[in-house]
Amino acid sequence: MFPYISNTFEDEKVMLKSIGVETVQELFSDIPNDVKLDRELNINPSMSELEVQKHMKTLWGKNKSTEELVCFLGAGVYDHYIPSIIKHLTSRSEFYTAYTPYQPEISQGTLQAIFEYQTLICDLTGLDVANASMYDGATACAEGAIMAVESTKRKTIIVSKTVHPEIRKVLYTYTKFKNIELIEVDEKDGVTDTTKLKELVDSGVAGVIVQNPNFFGIIEDMGLVEKITHDNKALLIMSVDPISLAILKTPGEIKADIVVGEGQSLGNHMNFGGPYLGFMATTTKLMRKIPGRVVGQTVDVDGKRAFVLTLQAREQHIRREKATSNICSNQALNALTAAIYLITMGKQGLKEVAHQSMQKAHYAFDEIIKLEKYKPVFDKPFFKEFVIQGHESASVINDKLLESNILGGYDIEKNYPDHKNALLLCVTEKRTKSEINALTAAMEGIK
Amino acid sequence: MKEYNKLIFEISKEGRQAYKLPPCDVESTDIREMIPQHLLSNKDITLPEVSEVDVIRHFTLLSNKNYGVDTGFYPLGSCTMKYNPKINEDMASIPSFTGIHPYQNEKTVQGSLQLMYELSEKLAEVCGMDQVSLQPSAGAHGELAGLIIIKAFHENAGDFKRKKIIVPDSAHGTNPASANVAGFDIVEIKSDEKGNVDLDSLKSVLNEEIAGLMLTNPNTLGLFDENIKEISKLVHEAGGLVYYDGANLNAIMGMARPGDMGFDVVHMNLHKTFSTPHGGGGPGSGPVGVKKELIPYLPVPIVEKKEEKYTLNYDKPLSIGKIKSFYGNFGVLVRAYTYILSMGAEGLKKASEMAVLNANYMKSKLKDYYYLPIDKVCKHEFVLGGLEQGLSEVTTLDIAKRLLDYGYHPPTIYFPLIVDNAIMIEPTETESLETMDAFIEAMISISKEAKENPELLKKAPYNTVVRRLDEVRAARYPVLKYTKTI
Repeated sequence: MFPYISNTFEDEKVMLKSIGVETVQELFSDIPNDVKLDRELNINPSMSELEVQKHMKTLWGKNKSTEELVCFLGAGVYDHYIPSIIKHLTSRSEFYTAYTPYQPEISQGTLQAIFEYQTLICDLTGLDVANASMYDGATACAEGAIMAVESTKRKTIIVSKTVHPEIRKVLYTYTKFKNIELIEVDEKDGVTDTTKLKELVDSGVAGVIVQNPNFFGIIEDMGLVEKITHDNKALLIMSVDPISLAILKTPGEIKADIVVGEGQSLGNHMNFGGPYLGFMATTTKLMRKIPGRVVGQTVDVDGKRAFVLTLQAREQHIRREKATSNICSNQALNALTAAIYLITMGKQGLKEVAHQSMQKAHYAFDEIIKLEKYKPVFDKPFFKEFVIQGHESASVINDKLLESNILGGYDIEKNYPDHKNALLLCVTEKRTKSEINALTAAMEGIK
Repeated sequence: MKEYNKLIFEISKEGRQAYKLPPCDVESTDIREMIPQHLLSNKDITLPEVSEVDVIRHFTLLSNKNYGVDTGFYPLGSCTMKYNPKINEDMASIPSFTGIHPYQNEKTVQGSLQLMYELSEKLAEVCGMDQVSLQPSAGAHGELAGLIIIKAFHENAGDFKRKKIIVPDSAHGTNPASANVAGFDIVEIKSDEKGNVDLDSLKSVLNEEIAGLMLTNPNTLGLFDENIKEISKLVHEAGGLVYYDGANLNAIMGMARPGDMGFDVVHMNLHKTFSTPHGGGGPGSGPVGVKKELIPYLPVPIVEKKEEKYTLNYDKPLSIGKIKSFYGNFGVLVRAYTYILSMGAEGLKKASEMAVLNANYMKSKLKDYYYLPIDKVCKHEFVLGGLEQGLSEVTTLDIAKRLLDYGYHPPTIYFPLIVDNAIMIEPTETESLETMDAFIEAMISISKEAKENPELLKKAPYNTVVRRLDEVRAARYPVLKYTKTI
């Protein structure tokens, strides 16, 4: 009757006899009658695979994806190249049907993969210690803020307004109920206003959070931010685009204390918002304050190299309410995906992805501002995204672009009302010259 | 099969390549004309350089060192390691689901929004709740959302005194941890000898400083607390709310619902009850459901339906806000939705019935060899307290490690904390009589070995690729990444 339920009616009888009851219902006699559900669940009847597939097809048929649309939308989630090898490895059931590696003897596959992932994140960011992942870039940032508060014993967090609006919303929810004061510092000309920052950072500040490249796609000059932060003995928390780390100054070189970011670009599908992964790295000094799982290297009783979850005394299953975080499940399979991506693309590949994205974004920018209707909004160096101002609102432009099967940009005015008719466009290595020219032509044609 | 022992960094060789991108077809500008030098790195990046064959062999050989549900039985109490149906994987990888940007115009994502809407309705029905948010990424995340909702509810009523959450000593570690992250203090109450909430203990701590009680039912001993209605009544009378940890939902689907027991907030674990895979530690999904009075506080956005059109509603002034970017782990939601379609109302009920039958069967077979602290009808899991004759030098850990030699992942050990030397077993409904009998044989065999040859168990396992690891060394001298030794 149900392919996922193995036992037959005969098997049931054998088991009931061993237990010493007549019917399965007797095993539920401890549920009081006034609590028992006296009707069927009001959900669909069971369906066969063929019926399920048919139903799902009508659902996905109502979507328009990157199968039909050319994507120039970024704003935190990106249409980057996903090597075909990834699916073949992550769909190995020894990886995806495995439990958390609490029994290391039979989980060396998962544990070593995560150890390699941690190494790759450390190498990319230039910091010493990385954890096994958090739910996404936004929650990683929130956990980074809490980490700063716990380590410095101060109660204020400063976040730049150039940090992704969703990250700031999540930060607000996490800090509000822990009585952590969250202060936003203004943007000026598209970057963090360092004059205002200097006024705000004092000895009550635990951490300063800046995103790089920021939400507008602009590469922030971190030198002054770092100095202001560390002069006041606060922690510098950076939220970064992992692809950009192929060419930009690393958070390690910038002397950041905590790095977080969204790892979706590393081989994970856009998937309508998740699952993604938040990566986090920190200095050796803060190692024991980092939340989440951490894999370490050791030896077994025969002296063989082996990997194991370690520093577990920070975690909820040991420390309970004194844990550094409540996180239990993380995003292991997405971290595996990110590791395979970074290994497959490798040193040359990641650089090429970064370079092509940058070249193509700058080409698109140059072509678009040649059209009189569109003006640049900021005059700062950018990576793979940029903001332009149109003669119409972003939603009008995007509606028109959709008619040509183009996914337009993000409506900046929605979160930054001073920037009227501003549109954030993104170009990755996947876009071709002819796709960019088609975008430009379509934008020109909008009356 | 030869044992494979290399790190990817050890097989990296300069010049090897596993990728190929099309050449850049726009005119290239010198990078320094686009970005000033001081913003660029002074160093070249370090990433491995390997060929595609290297990557495939490396990870395939690594996967061979892993145990998974597809390899064998995982009798892990509290984890519900049921079979992960393959059609779920197929549906979750359809490009018209995966290739969607979360900020796309709503009219281009009606299929995905409809899926989310229908899933939240089905989950609400299974739990007896009035509305469900699919935003939390994991069970602990759902707990956090639920606790913040409780806090917001009290504060909105002008009640700022309620700073404490009651947590039983039998609770899963995430319960007090989540309460802490939500800014609460914890009041722990002792369970009675059945693992149930001791009503007198509960009454003694209820006052106007209590925001709520976190509970799971059946409890972490696998026993259904018959006083549940009385418990929720007492907490409500004291002005608190009652939170249901849905980790044990697999015991009661179609039989009883937390909403009918008096719970106000619930979280579910899609990677437990609803068959989505554990992934080696995630991704999961922990939807949170609430009763009517708490609907205004749910995280935004909520998927709503207006005349056959689905939309994301952000206009909820009392919402706790966002606990994650975007809307939830959509890829996991597709799997859970597919599972519920496949099982239907009768299938979910049958799953719970069989989960409970399987657990009681295993208990009936093991109780003569292992110490069973409470010999009562259990639900989907039960707890043993070490060997029947009491543990001597052989510990629960030794028993667990010896099970690895027999080819099994051990049950949950040393949890719940209220049973010494705990061994928590949850077979789930997807296991057959033959699988369970073979596991029972192994457990019986080990109990005999413990008497006749305790040394054997103390040094187990023998048949795994690595044996007992030096975990003390790993914690004392942490090596958390690869460093090339010159």
